[in-house]
Amino acid sequence: MIPAIVVFLYLAAVLYIGIFAFRRARGKEEAEDYFLASRSLGPFVFLFSLFGTNMTAFAILGSSGHAFNNGIVTFGLMASSSGLVIPLTIFLIGTRVWALGKKYGFMTPVQMFRDRWECTHIGTVIFVAQAVLLVPYIIIGIMGGGTTLYTISNGLVPFWFGGAIVAMVVMSYVFFGGMRGTAWVNTFQTVLFLCFGAIALIVIGVGMGGFRSAAQAIQASPMASLLTRERISPYYFFSYTFIPLSAIAFPHILIFCLTARKMAQFKKTVIFYPICILAIWLPCVFLGVMANRVTDIPEIRAKQEARRVLATQGKNMAPEQRDELREQSAGDDVIMLLLHRYAPLWLAGLLGAGIMAAVMASDSQILALSTMFTEDVFAFYGGKSRFGEAVQVQTGRVFIILITLFAYAVALRAPETIFELAIQYAFSGFAALSPLLVAALFWRGSTKWGALAVTLWTAFAVVAVAVLQSVVPAPAPGPATVLWAPGGVEVLSRTPGGTAVFGFMPVVPMVIVSVLLMIVVSMMTRKPADGTLAKYFGGPKP
Amino acid sequence: MKKILLVVAVAVLYVLHQDIWFWRSSYLVFGFIPIGLFYQGMFSVAAALLMWLLVTYAWPSHLEQEVEETKSREDSTR
Repeated sequence: MIPAIVVFLYLAAVLYIGIFAFRRARGKEEAEDYFLASRSLGPFVFLFSLFGTNMTAFAILGSSGHAFNNGIVTFGLMASSSGLVIPLTIFLIGTRVWALGKKYGFMTPVQMFRDRWECTHIGTVIFVAQAVLLVPYIIIGIMGGGTTLYTISNGLVPFWFGGAIVAMVVMSYVFFGGMRGTAWVNTFQTVLFLCFGAIALIVIGVGMGGFRSAAQAIQASPMASLLTRERISPYYFFSYTFIPLSAIAFPHILIFCLTARKMAQFKKTVIFYPICILAIWLPCVFLGVMANRVTDIPEIRAKQEARRVLATQGKNMAPEQRDELREQSAGDDVIMLLLHRYAPLWLAGLLGAGIMAAVMASDSQILALSTMFTEDVFAFYGGKSRFGEAVQVQTGRVFIILITLFAYAVALRAPETIFELAIQYAFSGFAALSPLLVAALFWRGSTKWGALAVTLWTAFAVVAVAVLQSVVPAPAPGPATVLWAPGGVEVLSRTPGGTAVFGFMPVVPMVIVSVLLMIVVSMMTRKPADGTLAKYFGGPKP
Repeated sequence: MKKILLVVAVAVLYVLHQDIWFWRSSYLVFGFIPIGLFYQGMFSVAAALLMWLLVTYAWPSHLEQEVEETKSREDSTR
């Protein structure tokens, strides 16, 4: 029960931060203050809140779980590639979006697209695509909160109650504190993440009697492949470098880029981003791999056994049986199991709060959706001019309540795996939308029709992959099921982990086709007026 | 020239991420860190250094100037 009490204290602290931010902003009923903290975040808060916004439950729970089953490849696959691509996109795109926001008052990406490409309803189509891809995050955040509280309290706090508490806390500090509250909470949470990795590594390392013997024992065992990348193909590994392109296309990340007081604040974020990723992911991945050597935790033994049965007998099983074994071998809770076994109770509670911090990263998505709705729909279709800015902020707050209630209701009814899959698709979807930003900021010749083609293609591709994966069951670990191979060339395959197109993850063709569509369709259609182009690229105004 | 070198550095680092040369090695650095993990950890440090180079030598300061100019124009017209 002690860990659960510590977690509740943490939730109270988070709530207080949000309300404190509300008190600081009291009297200011301006949209820019509520949704963007008056574009006034300092360097420390900007770095940690932007980083924290991007770190979901997956950073701690999912990374160690993925490493438990797949080995060290997890770090290169998801962390180090992000450490290169994400700061690079913040450097190239985030700074430009910040400058345009300062100059022209944009508060959402769609506002910028509408102005840049002189479009109205096409902007609404982009808004819908972004919103649909973002909602699963909010649902999974509430589910993660319920599951974590249930696990930490040893079942004393039921899932529905834990989920309700997390939803309530997140909703409250976003409702009251807006962007300022969310940024402060994210900063607090990121500091917790960073401490979490180091402390967990030391405590578990000491508990296991040092990592040297564990690593060498794995090296000498049949599990030695976990210390290599044998289980993943180089094509798949390469494909994954496209996924971090999604980060800058996520509306909540781009909106966060608008909150910096000065552009200089991007400098520290860009430089330290790879180090922050290293500090959080490396311990989690390493611990996930080392968990395979633990012999005195029955739950971990059961997962290894499920994995073994799936690998050796999976081919002869029904798809449902394979799915069941996959679920049993899933390692998302290995880090919690290690902490339960090796950390003292009070420390397990503190570390549980760190995990809670990761799970509760849905705050920025809720706020971003509210900002997008009030700016891209409510204000754009005349609500702001008719009812005023104070009503716009109140509408944003009501939207926060409604979206949280909706997410909670869905979280209670739907199986978690559906939304985990939806998030996988969302990453690919936002990566495929990233050419919109590049074209808007760097290519004079891009047009609204090119933007529409990219958005429709992304929606189609995400739905197509989702349908394919639900119709064709995942094969057992081993070779993929080839679905289409004209002339002996394997074009489309169903792999144990998803889908492959020419051996690559779907995100690769999705991004490439997006780029081609933007180029071809833009070249065939009329460009915005010279005055608009001059706003973005300089040159004489007509 | 400086910018070309930085673009090349970004491209080289991207290629270096695909470290197929350690793909099947389970060698343990310092007796406990798998070489593939150690390499990718060092890659993250190299990415931070590259970001420092970009911020130092290719910072888009003209964007800041444009914002300042727009702001002072707005202030003077009020």
